[in-house]
Amino acid sequence: MCLAMPAKITSINVTDESDAENSAQTHTARIDYGGLTKSVDLSFVPEAEIGQYVLVHAGFAISVLDEAEAQASISAFSQWQDEKEV
Amino acid sequence: MKFVDEFQDSAGVDHYLNIIRETISKPWRIMEICGGQTHSIRKYGIDQLLPKEIQLLHGPGCPVCVTPQEVIDQAVAIAQQENVIVCSYGDMLRVPGSGLSLLDCKARGAEVRVIYSPVEAVKIAQAESDKQVVFFAIGFETTAPGNAAAIKMARDKNLENFSALVCQVTVPAAIDLLMSQPDNLIDGFLAAGHVCTVMGYHQYHRLANSYHIPIVITGFEPVDLLAGIAACVEQLESGRYEVDNAYKRFVSEAGNKAAQELLAEVFTIQDQNWRGIGGIEKSGLGLNPKYAEFDAKSRFATVLDQALEKSRSIPLNNAEACQSGLVLQGKIKPNECPLFAKKCNPENPCGATMVSSEGACAAYYHYGVGAEKVASSA
Repeated sequence: MCLAMPAKITSINVTDESDAENSAQTHTARIDYGGLTKSVDLSFVPEAEIGQYVLVHAGFAISVLDEAEAQASISAFSQWQDEKEV
Repeated sequence: MKFVDEFQDSAGVDHYLNIIRETISKPWRIMEICGGQTHSIRKYGIDQLLPKEIQLLHGPGCPVCVTPQEVIDQAVAIAQQENVIVCSYGDMLRVPGSGLSLLDCKARGAEVRVIYSPVEAVKIAQAESDKQVVFFAIGFETTAPGNAAAIKMARDKNLENFSALVCQVTVPAAIDLLMSQPDNLIDGFLAAGHVCTVMGYHQYHRLANSYHIPIVITGFEPVDLLAGIAACVEQLESGRYEVDNAYKRFVSEAGNKAAQELLAEVFTIQDQNWRGIGGIEKSGLGLNPKYAEFDAKSRFATVLDQALEKSRSIPLNNAEACQSGLVLQGKIKPNECPLFAKKCNPENPCGATMVSSEGACAAYYHYGVGAEKVASSA
């Protein structure tokens, strides 16, 4: 159930749905899952920008990927592999 | 896919397996809380790769598995009413109630719709204003913010034909319950990474300190799982019990503030029954009284009272033999249940742990049992 996938934001759309009684803004984005595009709700990560990766669960982005941390994790084991191969 | 493939790479798998092999000196039992992690562990054979000293116990983090049978019966009773549409996450449809499942109802003509995002339920309510639309809001802290957003959206749009049957659970209360049982087998925890993207991990320090148990926030890809296990083994071998974050690319100590604020607005912490486990204090997220008008339990109170009476009169199907409650607490492995792969299989599940793809029983059934260690040995 808690399955969530990282996807890249390709565009952001803020729509104002205000009417006489209500004011509601929807904050959505188009995202790209390696070729498949979908719309997601950005309400929980309003700071997300085009080009960033977000973690998507049940139509909502719940976290913005920290690319520096991701690269640090990847280089931790890539470095080890490089050393092993030398 | 970028930021997925890298964490499925054999270089990372080898790296962390090597650390684990170099670190380990004695047997340890580590529980992954989340059913999604159980699924990945079996899918990629992670447990088969680990040194024999490490045994992975599978925890209760599968919302489909822990939703009580009487709540399924409530959803079924509502779905059987005229002019009602029940919207549910797909996994819930096949879970057996005391009589029918939601899928059985659908086959008999009830309007049960599978949704991917809770916002779809709101859209259905807007489009079908002559019908009552009931959203079956289950989930852990990962799913609850989206559920909250849908309920708030319905209120903002003044949708009088929308309500929610809410049954949500939280992880830290479950850890408390598991650790307070004297016969628990757990030496360390892999905390559910996606729950922590929402909630952060500040609330886990108390658990690590009071139970002297390492808790490592862990992701879902093979390299993430092994990195989490390696960090947990390092703590166990050096006698430390801290909260460690092995999923830094998505999880921060504070978590997602916007999601937490919405949870606090729409829901309130309450005692909650867990299927197979029983009542756990303060382990549920129910509707906040100011959203009471959207509570399906009040809107369909008469129907639900009748359903409750009926379900109490029917003996639980296979309840005595099905051991999913022990499986959910990591006390036995699925293949130790006498019904496993005999009377109980995904086509004819006796317990919810065989229904959900993330249930431990289904994961063992789909990916093979292999040469299993049993939970009580090692």
